[in-house]
Amino acid sequence: MSTRAVEAWTLAPLKKFVSEAGVRLVLLMTPAGQVLAQHGFSRAMDVMAASALGAAIMASTGEIARQLSQPPFAALNHQGVRHGIFLAGVPTGRGTIVALVVYELDASSLGLVQLFFEELAADLDAASPKEAVPKQVLAADFERELTNSLNTLFGR
Amino acid sequence: MTAVAFQRALDLVTRVRGVRGAMLVELGDGVVVAEHLMEGIKGPAVAALAASLANRLGRAMEAAGLGAGVYWHLQASEGALLAVPAASGILVVAVTEPEVNVGLVRLELLRAAQAVT
Repeated sequence: MSTRAVEAWTLAPLKKFVSEAGVRLVLLMTPAGQVLAQHGFSRAMDVMAASALGAAIMASTGEIARQLSQPPFAALNHQGVRHGIFLAGVPTGRGTIVALVVYELDASSLGLVQLFFEELAADLDAASPKEAVPKQVLAADFERELTNSLNTLFGR
Repeated sequence: MTAVAFQRALDLVTRVRGVRGAMLVELGDGVVVAEHLMEGIKGPAVAALAASLANRLGRAMEAAGLGAGVYWHLQASEGALLAVPAASGILVVAVTEPEVNVGLVRLELLRAAQAVT
């Protein structure tokens, strides 16, 4: 399974998390759905769909929390018969990063994902460049940047 | 089962001298259901790793034709971790000092496992 990153500082923490938690798929992205790194995806379309859905879920739960006058929910877990989905935000020097994790119930567990996610959050915060200014998501050259990112994520 | 019943089950284990803590862990998820731990023990970490280990050991025992695991004792230099899976899918875990009466802890773990079934 390949692990690739558009933002190089996310790569080492992501590889460590995947190795320790035994998860199948991971996406690291901005709250707007811009992908920073991925593990386990083999098709660009899957990454684009997963990042859009993950960002939408985060936005929805964030709005529910806002309507309840609560701070944003820390994490969301949803389990099926064979797989679980874990979605959570991580504060870093580059702003909040959203992690979408898919794990197999045979190979990992919610407890393991939660445990090693705490380490991932700390590692990402420590590795993030503090002084960098986040890129504008909808820049004029958005399409070219998107293509470049997908090429990086899939080694093309 | 109520939270009080879970605490009673844990009390069976923690009253043994040398036991530093006990937990009820959801075996599939590896999350803590109830715990009674001394300070310094990382409950969620122990729960997640013990449940993962118990699941894998259980699979290994079944693959070897030995049936389902009923009791695990992991001895370390500064203590031990003992675990008994209950029929309800809960793992009863004890963290102990190295010189604990292991037989007594095992007995109480089995009783606690019956109580949470």
